[in-house]
Amino acid sequence: MVSPISVLGARVQYSSVANVQLTSETYPEIQRGDYAKLTDEDIAHFKAIVSESGVVTDADDLVFYNEDWMRKYRGMSSIVLKPKTTEQVSQIVQYCNEKKLAVVPQGGNTGLVGGSVPVFDEIVLSLANMNSVRSFDPVSGILVADAGVILEVADQYLAERGHIFPLDLGAKGSCHIGGNVATNAGGLRLLRYGSLHGTVLGLEVVLPNGKILNALSSLRKDNTGYDLKQLFIGSEGTLGVITGISILCPQRPKATNVAFLGVESYEAVQKAFVHAKAELSEILSAFEFMDNKSLKLVQDHSDLARPLEDEYPFYVLIETSGSNKDHDDAKLESFLENAMESEVVLDGVVSQDETQLKNLWMWREFIAEASGKGGGVYKYDVSVPLKDLYSLVEDVTARLNEHNLIGDSDEFPVIDSVGYGHLGDGNLHLNVAVRRYEKKVEKVLEPFVYEWISKRSGSISAEHGLGFAKKNYIGYSKDQDSIDLMKAIKSQFDPNHIMNPYKYF
Amino acid sequence: MSVKSLRILVPVKRVIDYAIKPRVNKTQTGVETTGVKFSINPFCDIAVEEAIRIREGTKGLVENIHVVSAGPTKAQDILRQALAKGADNSTLIETGDKEVEPLSVAKLLQKVIEEDNSNLVILGKQAIDDDSGQTGQILAGLLNWPQATNASKVEFKDDKVFVTREIDGGSETVSASLPMIITTDLRLNEPRYVTLPNIMKAKKKPLKKVKPADLNIDIASRLETIKVEEPAKREAGIKVGTVDELIEKLKASGSL
Repeated sequence: MVSPISVLGARVQYSSVANVQLTSETYPEIQRGDYAKLTDEDIAHFKAIVSESGVVTDADDLVFYNEDWMRKYRGMSSIVLKPKTTEQVSQIVQYCNEKKLAVVPQGGNTGLVGGSVPVFDEIVLSLANMNSVRSFDPVSGILVADAGVILEVADQYLAERGHIFPLDLGAKGSCHIGGNVATNAGGLRLLRYGSLHGTVLGLEVVLPNGKILNALSSLRKDNTGYDLKQLFIGSEGTLGVITGISILCPQRPKATNVAFLGVESYEAVQKAFVHAKAELSEILSAFEFMDNKSLKLVQDHSDLARPLEDEYPFYVLIETSGSNKDHDDAKLESFLENAMESEVVLDGVVSQDETQLKNLWMWREFIAEASGKGGGVYKYDVSVPLKDLYSLVEDVTARLNEHNLIGDSDEFPVIDSVGYGHLGDGNLHLNVAVRRYEKKVEKVLEPFVYEWISKRSGSISAEHGLGFAKKNYIGYSKDQDSIDLMKAIKSQFDPNHIMNPYKYF
Repeated sequence: MSVKSLRILVPVKRVIDYAIKPRVNKTQTGVETTGVKFSINPFCDIAVEEAIRIREGTKGLVENIHVVSAGPTKAQDILRQALAKGADNSTLIETGDKEVEPLSVAKLLQKVIEEDNSNLVILGKQAIDDDSGQTGQILAGLLNWPQATNASKVEFKDDKVFVTREIDGGSETVSASLPMIITTDLRLNEPRYVTLPNIMKAKKKPLKKVKPADLNIDIASRLETIKVEEPAKREAGIKVGTVDELIEKLKASGSL
């Protein structure tokens, strides 16, 4: 059996498919800023800082850094810098600031809003070579590591020491922990371990003027002054380059169970959530839901065996993590029995070993990748009050049907619009899987989706961030006073606006 | 088929989950088992699945599927799991935490088979913990039954059982009459998930517990484990910039 887990870690193959259109051509209304252009002198200077091996200028090698994961955006940077130390990052950024060269910091380049790739010719500053764990304290569980450590590598390092990284997401095999912090990634276990705003204890950041801000605290409590690190969590590289993080890691659960359940309706999904909270309480570590359309996409693009024989309109994945397997098993069993008896849940399976557990998770984790396999995907990552959450998918599907854009054959640009997400966090992912990117699809979706969310006081970006894709829509979730204050902060940190331009707001 | 009914026995073993990396314990007497996840041995899981598929594929032929495990009390978890998948009854032979050698396991199973009147035994070709790969063969010897090992396909035709085995360069099909022993290979089937309604039904299915002494079998070990060691760690590699440098390094290490 082919393990689909490797698929997530693997990079998208670019060679066989048509080129991604340049972002500057797709969006001709966006003008290049008044930045300097890269000269041979600049390149020589960068080589002096990071040596020959830390500079990428080969056209083929650059493709990977210029294109985003969804193959929606493509920049035309002619240089990637891969520093190995914080000092090198500092020297690079200081030089760029003096010369007014624009910079886009990049981690694993797994972002979903085009925030980590250049729009024009910005210099790509890749943190990939800063990939060492600096220290780990087994007593407190505090990990200090370089920003370029891959999330899965960090988690494996912690696993060997009985701990767990408090964040987990589908792209774990490629994404960097620095990028996770810079984008305030949410992921699959937020329900249990909370957001990075709580777990990150300190950061080391290279500011746009090249200064190194050392706020790499390893203290859980520290009420001395403004908590500056919070500004960088979710700043998406607009305020500086995160080079190191200090994060509080919980004890790794000894026992983990996964149940995959079929339910009748979105109402039943909510009921199951209420039951799960009440009966599983402290061992509930994930409550994910997905519609049958999501599962169909996974089925089309993987060789996984469907966990349940019959099809149901909705599926729920419940994970429990605890310290005592017998205790957890008993709780989960009684919860499932009650849920079946009260007909909240129609059918379900429970993982019997680690392999089944991973395969059940794949049905949820692979949706994101499967959505884009047919050509491309429009992704909306929204927070809305729970009762309205799924109506967005229904309304968008109806709208696409009205405009005759959705269908089974090649003449329709849209394959399907599917919904899934972290119900426990009130976070829905609406994915509109398309055969090709077409402006008319985008026009039907936007600003419709954003207006829909705004009407319900939701967030237009729950965990993916703003990046390039959502920058024009921040107004749907934040008022003008807030945006003005954000812009003032940006100018204070980065008066020349060299850090990740054309993004955020 | 001249056989009126099938009484299938499926022996199963509880082992450290195959996705987990085993670690040698501090005293170097075995593998660390505390706080480690245990599951059904993957080949045993395939054996259970095959028994159920035989029932589904031969209408009314299978009279009974009996799963048996020799192991600690905890091994009842995997028996419950097999019951939930479709086995009818189960027996736990309580041997405690001590490892039981294949000969002893085969003797225990022989007793159960005689009591049970089984005419088909399907079991994994090996357990992934000790990798002995002997129980099926020894059992066939004790019972003087035909055996077909490493099955990748099992078919019932006329009054014979045809078993396909993967061998170097192709496949081999052997046949035998019942009663017989089949050991399962990896590609025989893909085990199903256990569904919730079946987990609940399985609670009412019988799980009998016996001690080796009840079966008059002595399970004392004949082998003594002297020491368990991890393989030597592989040294980290280095990157070389040029072919010349590579040759130089190889010469320096004495490889050239």
